Amino acid sequence: MTQSPTLSRRSAPSASPLPRKSRQRGADARAGYTFLLPWLLGFIALTLGPMISSLYLSFTNYNLFDPPKWIGLDNYTTMFQDERFLQSVGVTVGYVVFGTPLKLAAALAVAMLLNSARKGQGFYRSAFYAPSLIGASVSIAIVWKAMFGDSGPVDQGLSLFGINIGGWVGNPSMTMPMFILLTVWQFGAPMVIFLAGLKQIPADLYEAASMDGAGPVRKFFNITWPMLSPVVFFNLLMETIHAFQIFSSAYIISNGEGGPAGSTLFYTLYLYLRGFSDFRMGYASAMAWLLLIVVGILTLVIFKTSKGWVHYSGDAK
Amino acid sequence: MTTTATTTESTPDAQVPNYNPKSESAGAKRAKSTLFHIVALALTAVVLYPGLWMIASSFKPNAEIGGTNTSLWSNNFSFDNFVTAMEGIGGVSTLTFFTNSLILAVGAVVGTVLSASVSAYAFARIKFPGRSIFFGMMIATLLLPFHVVIIPQYIVFQQLGLIDTYVPLLIGKFLAADAFFVFLMVQFMRNLPGELDEAARIDGAGHVRIFTSIMLPLMKPALISTSIFSFIWSWNDFLGPLLYLNTPDKYPLPLALRLFVDQTQSSDYGAMIAMSVLALLPVLIFFLVFQRYIVEGVSTQGLKG
Repeated sequence: MTQSPTLSRRSAPSASPLPRKSRQRGADARAGYTFLLPWLLGFIALTLGPMISSLYLSFTNYNLFDPPKWIGLDNYTTMFQDERFLQSVGVTVGYVVFGTPLKLAAALAVAMLLNSARKGQGFYRSAFYAPSLIGASVSIAIVWKAMFGDSGPVDQGLSLFGINIGGWVGNPSMTMPMFILLTVWQFGAPMVIFLAGLKQIPADLYEAASMDGAGPVRKFFNITWPMLSPVVFFNLLMETIHAFQIFSSAYIISNGEGGPAGSTLFYTLYLYLRGFSDFRMGYASAMAWLLLIVVGILTLVIFKTSKGWVHYSGDAK
Repeated sequence: MTTTATTTESTPDAQVPNYNPKSESAGAKRAKSTLFHIVALALTAVVLYPGLWMIASSFKPNAEIGGTNTSLWSNNFSFDNFVTAMEGIGGVSTLTFFTNSLILAVGAVVGTVLSASVSAYAFARIKFPGRSIFFGMMIATLLLPFHVVIIPQYIVFQQLGLIDTYVPLLIGKFLAADAFFVFLMVQFMRNLPGELDEAARIDGAGHVRIFTSIMLPLMKPALISTSIFSFIWSWNDFLGPLLYLNTPDKYPLPLALRLFVDQTQSSDYGAMIAMSVLALLPVLIFFLVFQRYIVEGVSTQGLKG
């Protein structure tokens, strides 16, 4: 596929070149809505409608069997006295704050390494990408649990170097590093996107910089980083939103309980437990809306600050 | 091309002021290339180790997975674990789980390709009032955490008596609910020349004709990446089946795996890992066959794995 390089992916919706006779307008409107029908139905029935009802439910007590009872902001206020909730926030924030930057740093470093190669690039790119395709699966969660378990290969490998921490799975202070390693292991997807971005940077920029005697550090900060910043922005946004939503691996590794000692009680896992185990659907809806608001604010912050550090070159579409 | 090599901070001779990169000696080039391959191969070994460990363990007897298990080799490789894994769990054969996964994945592919391509055509090629508002909403759903919709969706499907059926798992696919695919196809169609539909219009073709006989054939690459990714996403999906399916004979593989873990917890490690391998097998085969498409799809559309 050769269309839309990464750098120009976010073109404005009205940018499509469609020279059209205006007398066609009525017919076009009808055709437009007919073709849009599947998406429109899905949007109303599966996204907009449910969003509104979960907002309503978040102000109620609802257990799926009795009618919802309006309780105002109670769900939102009790949340902050709920220790398990606060713990789930802590776990998730720790995961997002440490996991995402590490993953992106690994992705960028490896992309730059691969970009320098002439031979074998395709092979390495595929090999490094493979974990991204399977990383969130139940199978990998099982493997991860086995590898990081008591006397698993990780424990045994580390003890060869005289490091004896035992199994990570049962140790509350080692579960977070284990999950961070799981996400960093999937650096391939953002790496592939970085690599596509790096290929867009004109080689003569580096040549000119070399002529002026710029070293690799200066080249990175003055050429690579600014030229790549739209891609960094895209990856940061997508990976952050993605990281908040980790579920299957947490569910499988902790047997759906978030243990040991709540150290793997990710936000979505707790939301699931409240909603679908305790049937406190009002509370779970409030958690969902809080997450939406936080992710929304974060997206906004990333967008706003991006004006300061994301550089769109003039000729980008 | 030589200059791009110096962008890597780890390149050894990049510290030396290098006024004319082309004058680099052949020896230095070879050294650089060798170093690159050493680093890259070491990294490959680390990245692939979990996968290789999984495959090796699936052929090992239980005692060896729990013993000196950093090693990938064993003198007692056998298919025993796979024989046990194929027997299934809870009276349901693993073949049934495979079939269920396949039904769901094929349903997801068919639904997504149909609904996303039609909707994308509307966004990309037809001008109608409200289009940009809807387009904005579609983009917004890309960023929407799915949690805000799962509870009401569950309640509605429960009231309609659709729990423990495949309807809740498939209906979204037929209604273009995976906005990523709509977005991907919109981007693809926008890059097709507008003269194509114009010419067809002059010849009197309507939107249906333009869509089916001009757009669809040209969109093949986008349709293929959509098919591959919707297949794999559906195949790996865990939360959907966990929410909606109750009876084991309807379970797809990920849910069956969880059941297997629950019931055999540590007693039959080998079979559990063998079943994990079986569950990933189609994805791995897909990857090997379509890796070009998959990796290119990611690099041009920013698709998530």
